[in-house]
Amino acid sequence: MTAALRAQGLGKTYKRRTALEDCTLEIPRGSVSALVGPNGAGKSTLLNLAAGMLEPTSGTIEVCGGVPGSGPEQLAKVGFVAQDTPVYAGLSIEDHLRLGARLNRAWDDDLARRRVERLGLDPRQRAGRLSGGQRAQLALTLGLAKRPELLLLDEPVAALDPLARREFMRDLMETVAEHGLTVVLSSHLVADLERVCDHLVVLVGARVRIAGDVEDLLATHHRLTGPRRDVSTLPGDQHVVSAAHTDRQSTLIVRTESPVLDPAWSVGALGLEDLVLAYMSSPDDGSPGGAATGAARRTGLEVVR
Amino acid sequence: MIEFHLDARSGVSPYLQLVQQVRHALRLGLLREGDRLPTVKEVVAQLAINPNTVLKAYRELEHDGLIAARPGVGTFVTRTLTDASFAAHAALRTELRRWLAKARKAGLDDESIEALFMTTFRTAAQEDIA
Repeated sequence: MTAALRAQGLGKTYKRRTALEDCTLEIPRGSVSALVGPNGAGKSTLLNLAAGMLEPTSGTIEVCGGVPGSGPEQLAKVGFVAQDTPVYAGLSIEDHLRLGARLNRAWDDDLARRRVERLGLDPRQRAGRLSGGQRAQLALTLGLAKRPELLLLDEPVAALDPLARREFMRDLMETVAEHGLTVVLSSHLVADLERVCDHLVVLVGARVRIAGDVEDLLATHHRLTGPRRDVSTLPGDQHVVSAAHTDRQSTLIVRTESPVLDPAWSVGALGLEDLVLAYMSSPDDGSPGGAATGAARRTGLEVVR
Repeated sequence: MIEFHLDARSGVSPYLQLVQQVRHALRLGLLREGDRLPTVKEVVAQLAINPNTVLKAYRELEHDGLIAARPGVGTFVTRTLTDASFAAHAALRTELRRWLAKARKAGLDDESIEALFMTTFRTAAQEDIA
């Protein structure tokens, strides 16, 4: 498996605050990866590091086989649409397209103009007068027309209504189908990403809690409900991600490669959102919830295979 | 041509939903040998989903010998699933209706009927495996 993005022990510290810590992961080429986590978890920092807008404080990061932003060749390979879909408010759509054509050697002017036409936008209109959805679509157009190998999108649909979200995702997926680029997009809402991503990275508190192929993750996580039970009595290959108890009942979310055979449990499948929430809400450091940490770390590392 | 849909709350992964919908259509005779399936791009445009998901579903159906891709032309159904068992559907449906009527008469509501059916179905399936 070739990686579009590879991070080894990556970290970023601002003055006193740790934004990203000991991040080791791989994003497979051709995948659509979701980067999820609560606000302030380090998603934007990771994307900015991948785009070469920030320098790491520790560790290394490599995108499309090179150091981010290390030269014109490298810059051409990676597209980055930062948060809040930045466009120049005073420039027209036409100005944006011309700027894109001047600044990018692989610029696909055809693609850009076809998209603007299909979106029903007037090229003479100033970007500052566009609606949130239109601005997001213009920023995506610029990102796509650059024809990058890897496209990084930071919270691309956060400001969009449900219809605009669907249209944005559809356009993005059509381009993936046509050009086979790798996409990494961040969101704090999993529901937006369930249909589109095949790879998942969960960041919580500046660390990677879990990463992997979505199908694999869903197949190896289960919800167990049954009579109250001490989690330390579970088989060794069942890693507890989260546990909740009432006086009689226990509800666990576990990760395990093998089937759960204990008849005391009723075993249920987990949706992507439940899985992410389980990792977001479980403790991260080595204290009492240590089993969860162990499971997450191991999974985080397994992805490097 | 078949039109796919996705149920986000079904708990079934998108790729499996596509596979199941094709198999279902084949079983009900809605898709027949020689029918063309929508292209990956058409499905992506319609459902706003990851093309890899569609490719994965088509690969699995191809592996099962149900469809075949003809490069540059499209993906076509090569086999139907409306085998001999299709003829038995009507009789089985009548019997099931009769059973449902009996269950209601005994005082079972929809939920109890579904629960009874599913547990019996699962137990029977497990016994078959064992």
